Amino acid sequence: MIVDNLPALQVIVPLLGAILCVLVRRGWLAWFIALVVSWIVPLIAVALILQVLDGGVISYAMGGWAPPVGIEYRVDLLSAFVLLLISMVGAVMLPYANLSVESEISDGKRAWFYALYLLCMTGMLGISITGDAFNAFVFLEVSSLSTYAMIALGKDRRALLAAYQYLIMGTIGATFYVIAIGILYTMTGTLNMVDMSGRLGDVATVRPLFAALAFLTVGISLKFALFPLHSWLPNAYAYAPTFATAFLASTATKAAVYLILRFFFSVYGVALVFGIHPISEMLIALSLMAMFGASIVAVYQDNIKRMLAYSSVAQIGYITLGFGLANVPGLTGGVVHLANHAVTKGALFLAVGGIVYRMGAAHLDDFKGIGKKMPLTMAGFTIAGLSIIGVPGTAGFISKWYLAIAALEHGWGWLVMLLVLSSLISVIYIGRVVEVAYFREPEGKVMNATEMPLSMLIPAWVMILATIYFGIETSWTAGIASQIATDLLAGVQ
Amino acid sequence: MKFDTILRIGTKLFLPFILVFALYVQFHGDYGPGGGFQAGVIAAAMVIFYAITFGLEAAKQAMPPLVLEVLIGLGVFLYTGVGIVAMLKGGEFLNYSALKHDPVHGQHLGILLVELGVLITVFATMTAIFYAFVGRGR
Amino acid sequence: MAALQELVNHYNHWIAVFLMVAGLYVVVARGNMVKKLVGLSLFQTSVYLIYLTPGKIIGGTAPILSDEFTVYSNPLPHVLILTAIVVGIATIALGLALVVRINEAFGSIEEDEIFEKDVEA
Repeated sequence: MIVDNLPALQVIVPLLGAILCVLVRRGWLAWFIALVVSWIVPLIAVALILQVLDGGVISYAMGGWAPPVGIEYRVDLLSAFVLLLISMVGAVMLPYANLSVESEISDGKRAWFYALYLLCMTGMLGISITGDAFNAFVFLEVSSLSTYAMIALGKDRRALLAAYQYLIMGTIGATFYVIAIGILYTMTGTLNMVDMSGRLGDVATVRPLFAALAFLTVGISLKFALFPLHSWLPNAYAYAPTFATAFLASTATKAAVYLILRFFFSVYGVALVFGIHPISEMLIALSLMAMFGASIVAVYQDNIKRMLAYSSVAQIGYITLGFGLANVPGLTGGVVHLANHAVTKGALFLAVGGIVYRMGAAHLDDFKGIGKKMPLTMAGFTIAGLSIIGVPGTAGFISKWYLAIAALEHGWGWLVMLLVLSSLISVIYIGRVVEVAYFREPEGKVMNATEMPLSMLIPAWVMILATIYFGIETSWTAGIASQIATDLLAGVQ
Repeated sequence: MKFDTILRIGTKLFLPFILVFALYVQFHGDYGPGGGFQAGVIAAAMVIFYAITFGLEAAKQAMPPLVLEVLIGLGVFLYTGVGIVAMLKGGEFLNYSALKHDPVHGQHLGILLVELGVLITVFATMTAIFYAFVGRGR
Repeated sequence: MAALQELVNHYNHWIAVFLMVAGLYVVVARGNMVKKLVGLSLFQTSVYLIYLTPGKIIGGTAPILSDEFTVYSNPLPHVLILTAIVVGIATIALGLALVVRINEAFGSIEEDEIFEKDVEA
């Protein structure tokens, strides 16, 4: 019975956890509930991905109403991959949360913070599992609304401004998405994604479909901060509570990226998206602008959280570059970078979070000589930084390798050069921090700094070891990603 | 407001009718237009009306914020609870037909409970939003 | 004449598009945070019209089963929009709450004034 209902439980368990957090009202108890939930959720995700690998797509009819009339939860390999990614990140990070959140959020609000975290989780898992286009919008807003509130809980008053800006941008994005779904619904008469993709072929006039595609692309791109639409992201990540930043940087953009993958490749199909209008070229151009523009801006940031946020914008460029290339290695690179970037950026933010915990801020000055005072934290930061750069033996290298192969398959040697060049820029911004941390003498506050507590150190190092592990053993990441890429390009439902 | 007899008496006269109308909208939702969302907002309007006439403190005594916070959670809990019971009885999540032996009775019971959950949460949320805004800057 | 007829026949879409662009303009052009939210609300609301108009079937009645009627309007868009309205309310409430907090923290809700203060801080 439980096995049959796993797709529903995947979303309900964190939702129930959020309600319990509200009802118990005690910070530590809410943390404990969130911890238990965060450890149950990945178990469900593992069970789902094993089922999918074993027996193909799982379809679950919500409320007993058979699709396409009812809301369908549909787990294919891509969904299962994203579900596992999001829930695993949550499971690793939650032990870290207790001390970090305690130091940044006042007592009365802590239970609410965990409720928001679990709601955000609910939303993201929901986006990845649902097979209904409108249901995806609702989950998108559940996760976004809780994200705005989480960001606003940051200590700095600028957190409020960041949350407000994100709310405006995010709502415009979500509304664009609703417009697109409205047009698609008018044209096809269905909201079920699989059904919709089947009926798109019968639509007589394709122009509204492209209008919908445009709204869809811009709307979702706002949510995952594709280059010219990224203006909300740096402030939001810089001023949010550190735990929220780490969790959001690893997961929030990934769920939105999943949604665009779903629409590009499953609903519309490769031929319709890339065949008629130069969307592929546009995606590649925007991705390159993200990779260079955001990386260069990152070099000039003195607030390290902000620097990493700009780096996130650049990394999203790599993901969309893979989609734009639209061949099997390119798509593999994009999908595998979802996981690799989640792990890498999570590790970096957890390490920085340790420094925020000890120093109260993450300004470059706070890093002077910190390599001597917090050796383990800084070593972790350096290793994860190498993964951002894409050094062989780390997770980042795998993604870039696939992207390079994809570029060569198109015969675009220049693109490979640009990939290498953009990696060199990331050497500068990571190198800046490492230089300050190891080759300056500690002074001021840094003198009294000690290694971060074990409950924070262990999660950070689990993430860091994962960046190395996924750089060497790739069957779980790149293996599944290449299978997903093959399926998506072949239009397998 | 102390001496405004007409306002005070008028408000008190209105309150029960607003609540009854909310409940009418709630239970009529089974057979016609209506349901938990609308009923919840109408019920919240009752508290807001009371607060406007008698002041925020009086309203908070009648409907304490602490109770509201619990109610917000409780409503959602009722909703998911119905879904989980349906699951335990062998149906899918929120499959009301599984609630009772007769699917039609099950659907009736299910929608009634779920809408009740919606009513509670919407009522509590709307009132809480009102309290949060009015309570600021005093 | 045919073109004019086309315009008039789709008046519902013209209204929706006008409201949508007006709302979006307010969001972009105004510096006052409350006005921005009002624009955002207008923008969201216009989308509801896009959904509702195709749901109405001419001559159709409210979708409640009865022996007297055979043609019903499509209830699904209404249900979707009810959900979207709730999402919209939550968004606006959260946005206004943020504005209240911003006013308390910065002493202003004009964006340019706040950014000036931000530089000082």
